[in-house]
Amino acid sequence: MPDHESHDYDVVVIGAGGAGLRAAIEACELGQRTALVCKSLLGKAHTVMAEGGAAAAMGNVWPEDNWQVHFRDTMRGGKMLNNWRMAQLHAQESPDRIYELERWGALFDRTADGRILQRDFGGHRYARLAHVGDRTGLELIRTLQQRAVQMGIDVFMECKILRLLKDGDGVVSEAVGYWRPTGDIVSFRAKAFVLATGSIGKSWLYTSNSWESTGDGHAMAAWAGADMIDMEFVQFHPTGMVWPLSVRGILVTEGVRGDGGVLRNSEGRRFMFDYIPEMFAAETADTEEEADRWYDDHTNNRRPPELLPRDEVARSINSEVKAGRGGPHGGVLLDIATRRSAEVIRRRLPSMYHQFMELAGVDITVQPMEVGPTCHYMMGGVRVEADTEATTVPGLFAAGEVAGGMHGANRLGGNSLSDLLVFGRRAGLAAAEFARGRTSTPAADAAEVAEVVAEAEAPLGREGGESPYEVHQALQQTMQELVGIIRTDAELRRALDELDVLDERARKLSVPGGRAYNPGWNLATDMPSMLTVSRMVATGALERRESRGGHTREDFPAADPEQGKVNLVQRFDADQGYTLTPEPLAEMPAELKALFEEAPH
Amino acid sequence: MAEVKMRVWRGDDGGGDFAEYDMPAVEGEVVLDVIHRIQAGPAPDLACRWNCKAGKCGSCSAEINGLPRLMCMTRMDQLPEGEPVVVAPMRTFPVTRDLVTDVSFNYTMARQVPPLAPRPPEADGTYRMMQIDIERGQEFRKCIECFMCQDICHVIRDHEDNKAHYAGPRLFIRYMELESHPLDTGDRRELLRQRMGLGMCNITKCCTEVCPEHIKITDNAIIPLKERVVDSSYDPVAWLGRKILRRAKSSAVEAARESPAFRSPTRDDVAAPVRAGHSTPTSTPPPAPAPTPAPAPAPAPAPVPTPTEGADTSAPPDGT
Repeated sequence: MPDHESHDYDVVVIGAGGAGLRAAIEACELGQRTALVCKSLLGKAHTVMAEGGAAAAMGNVWPEDNWQVHFRDTMRGGKMLNNWRMAQLHAQESPDRIYELERWGALFDRTADGRILQRDFGGHRYARLAHVGDRTGLELIRTLQQRAVQMGIDVFMECKILRLLKDGDGVVSEAVGYWRPTGDIVSFRAKAFVLATGSIGKSWLYTSNSWESTGDGHAMAAWAGADMIDMEFVQFHPTGMVWPLSVRGILVTEGVRGDGGVLRNSEGRRFMFDYIPEMFAAETADTEEEADRWYDDHTNNRRPPELLPRDEVARSINSEVKAGRGGPHGGVLLDIATRRSAEVIRRRLPSMYHQFMELAGVDITVQPMEVGPTCHYMMGGVRVEADTEATTVPGLFAAGEVAGGMHGANRLGGNSLSDLLVFGRRAGLAAAEFARGRTSTPAADAAEVAEVVAEAEAPLGREGGESPYEVHQALQQTMQELVGIIRTDAELRRALDELDVLDERARKLSVPGGRAYNPGWNLATDMPSMLTVSRMVATGALERRESRGGHTREDFPAADPEQGKVNLVQRFDADQGYTLTPEPLAEMPAELKALFEEAPH
Repeated sequence: MAEVKMRVWRGDDGGGDFAEYDMPAVEGEVVLDVIHRIQAGPAPDLACRWNCKAGKCGSCSAEINGLPRLMCMTRMDQLPEGEPVVVAPMRTFPVTRDLVTDVSFNYTMARQVPPLAPRPPEADGTYRMMQIDIERGQEFRKCIECFMCQDICHVIRDHEDNKAHYAGPRLFIRYMELESHPLDTGDRRELLRQRMGLGMCNITKCCTEVCPEHIKITDNAIIPLKERVVDSSYDPVAWLGRKILRRAKSSAVEAARESPAFRSPTRDDVAAPVRAGHSTPTSTPPPAPAPTPAPAPAPAPAPVPTPTEGADTSAPPDGT
């Protein structure tokens, strides 16, 4: 018997954001003993920060909308690199998942006839985002949290998982971690595990992500030998706050633009008209007059260029600032004050109003916001089977941001909340079935457990080593400067060299204080995940010699049709270390291909 | 370069004291930024909770100069210049370490709430609700669970024993949200009256004052709840007469009996939550005999709730 606390379950879900909660609910509903393990308190996961809404082709505002249109928008937004089957399931099932939330108590904003209201967002042909003002993520997480609590799912809060361990047959069997409040070691044995650990943004300096987004799930899956795909595709959201410096990176919802906000440079020009790419030219307005008419009449007008997919807008802002047409603090101006009444702004965007007023002293009903790109979302992640979210490692499932494939090279706004629901549910279902069918008793090698524990504890006893805060800041500088929104061969190579040095430094960390709620130690144990994931991002970015979606290479500015046919698959094994292999995308069936041959109008 | 003096409470459930940190002042910072700089510098093990850093997750609640505030939304330049900034953990909850408190009480109480009992959907399987009918509920659903209303509520701030039978303002708005939910057919009034201590609130409005989401907790949730509960207790006919006809509700007693929360929380629930607490039975220290001693008095006046005029005298005085 281990000398630490341990628990046995059928299904253990790691991460309690939208995907983890939804997976746990499903597994529990199917009668499996289910535990939910999360690094923060329940209800604080990063889903809570999602603002704009959840995309679902319910057709409440535009009856013309349907899953085929949503599917097509998603694939085109992802520059056709998406796993087509995931994009299809997502488009087909998200309306049901939204209605389900309503049955569980969610109160979405309404249309005049009492249906769920839907809002416009970048890359979506129709107003499609179910929302609650600009705090949709809070509504979603609270609804799921209340459902999970009501079902009696065991929740282990403030518990960090360090590693996944397999049994002799290579099936994932145990998760080892520690309680943050006490620092005591705890392990979970289960028949199936679902990773729902979210993002990786904390490796960048300017990010909308919280401290939790250290890529633990990405790293743990890779260490367990799972295939990782599309790791080069990191989304820089076009609009983060830029001033004051201490809030730089905090998200400004795309809903501002969906509700009529426009981007201007220091000369007052709506510069997005200068950056309309060929791929979207046919459906994008080329005059301000047409763009402005579109809000009330989608049928006879084309959409404003401010609502191009996020990768396009982020790159354009970057170019404007580089050309010296930025605002006083290195951003551009996002103006809704001159476009909508103060009353509408406060009603539609209450938390943006509050956030700018409190943190920057800016009244967005009177003044423009200054914004710039911020590291926001990881498109890449664990390769999963579309219908079941099974990874390439038996007993391990992944859903939400930690999984790759659904969003291809670029995610459309609003597709992440619906992604969480659709694939969280599917992962919970498949994990439950796997657990039911598993005959072996989950058990991992005690020596391996001890090794993981010893490695995690090392910084606590070590004298004279470096502070984890210093190494973390150095990592953030490196990734921000060298693996940012625009990339080059030379910089990516330098980043990989820097990461070697940081790896060494991270092996010799010292942390003063004890084990109980020690943030220095917590950060030290997050460093291996961040370094592993950063390396995969830089490696993928170096190998993809083209520009596509969230990945822009200054030295290869165009998309290359040949590279558009492959995923870069990275995997780790003990003998070969990390390897990268281009592998062809799955072939899309003819009836789905046909959707792209129709004219956009 | 200008400096700020930070006086931060350090310690655990065994006690502690304020430690002082002199930090350079940086333009535009909030209290949490300075705490983070203390962590990255003189005190790497200084414990605090935080997540979103934008006032949306409710993790970084603390008592700043004696008042519950979110550290991420309290700008340094709005605090009195030249005076030390005093940062202490929330007093109502046991201290885990430094600024981190054990807020499992709130999760225990959340487990007692009978969930939404929706009426059947329309023929197409979905619901119709008018915006005007959901706005009250939406107000309560803005709650970010910072638990500062629970912290300031003197019913539990000053009386540890009350925690076993008092849900507190955060949960009262949850009950009111369900009560005002257009789809709900449940009835939680008897539960509120008998076991959730609604009558113990004497409407001092301290909770409303500290709410970072500006939810009118007292006016829009607690007072209407008290009215409903009193009506159901003393004049069910009048109450029924005011109900919207299609919202068929079982009787309060029936609903309470059938609800999963019929069992009232016990001291054990509060002290050693199995599911929603961040401890498990195997790792939970024995419950402290008394609440953690409050941090040494801050120089700023402690927020003593002042009873306001118009205290609800019609409510049952002791919730029974």
